Amino acid sequence: MTVTLAQVNKGDELPATSVRVTRGDLVRYAGASGDFNPIHYSESFARRVGLPDVIAHGMLTMALATRLVSDWVGDPGRIVEHGVRFTRPVVVPDDDEGALVELSGKVTAVNEDGTVKLTLTAKCAGQGVLGGAYALVHLP
Amino acid sequence: MPLDEGFIGREYPPSSPYEVSREKIREFAHAVKDDSPLYRDADSARAAGYPDVIAPPTFAMRLAMTAQDAVVGDEQLGLDYDRVVHGHQAFRHHRPIRAGDVLTAVVHVDDIKSRAGNDFLTVRAEIGTVDGEPVCTATSTLVARGTAEEGEQA
Repeated sequence: MTVTLAQVNKGDELPATSVRVTRGDLVRYAGASGDFNPIHYSESFARRVGLPDVIAHGMLTMALATRLVSDWVGDPGRIVEHGVRFTRPVVVPDDDEGALVELSGKVTAVNEDGTVKLTLTAKCAGQGVLGGAYALVHLP
Repeated sequence: MPLDEGFIGREYPPSSPYEVSREKIREFAHAVKDDSPLYRDADSARAAGYPDVIAPPTFAMRLAMTAQDAVVGDEQLGLDYDRVVHGHQAFRHHRPIRAGDVLTAVVHVDDIKSRAGNDFLTVRAEIGTVDGEPVCTATSTLVARGTAEEGEQA
């Protein structure tokens, strides 16, 4: 079911979620996306280029934030525009716990053209990892 | 050395055609932990008005990244990819990518600047079908950390 424009009000909050990301998830995402930058699997390489440890693909974090929106909308094809800044890396330790990415969002505008603007936040270890994250969805 | 701002406005030849398969969409959806049936089940996708399963919105990066390789690998530009991190990403979807699409992307250099010793390269990939239907505009800012310092040896 797709949410409709009439059901949405400015200030509405999207159901918050959290997603655990492990080294195994990064390997899986590398294969699926074709992004084989070694900063996403090699600790020694990551440290050599000045990172604290292996970090998650920024695009994986963006995908998780996008899913928050599409789960709420019901139809991912309703997302017409979305953007993020990658402000802080999601550091993924080599253990079973990995990193926990916490996602939330709210409606910040209901526009006359049938679009709704959402602002999104993604946090890891209590700190924001995305900046200026937003999505514009076109609702029936 | 900072990147040459003379590259702003440059357009690269289209990427090789990429055929989107149901299985690749399923694999990608699994990798981003998204269990929407519209990515996996053609009947669900048709019920929502699509001709076949659609791809998660960020799947467009697959096409954008391949197209960006032309810029990243341009020796004349000389981007040090070992020092590159992703700074910003935006997508404007003209319609969802779906199984059966044969897509290509043309990448444009929109901006180059140096700030605090870092190089910022903004590239825009115009993704469309080989028949010329626009599908997605993907804009990426890549940050090469520390490469804009004078005299830096990469």
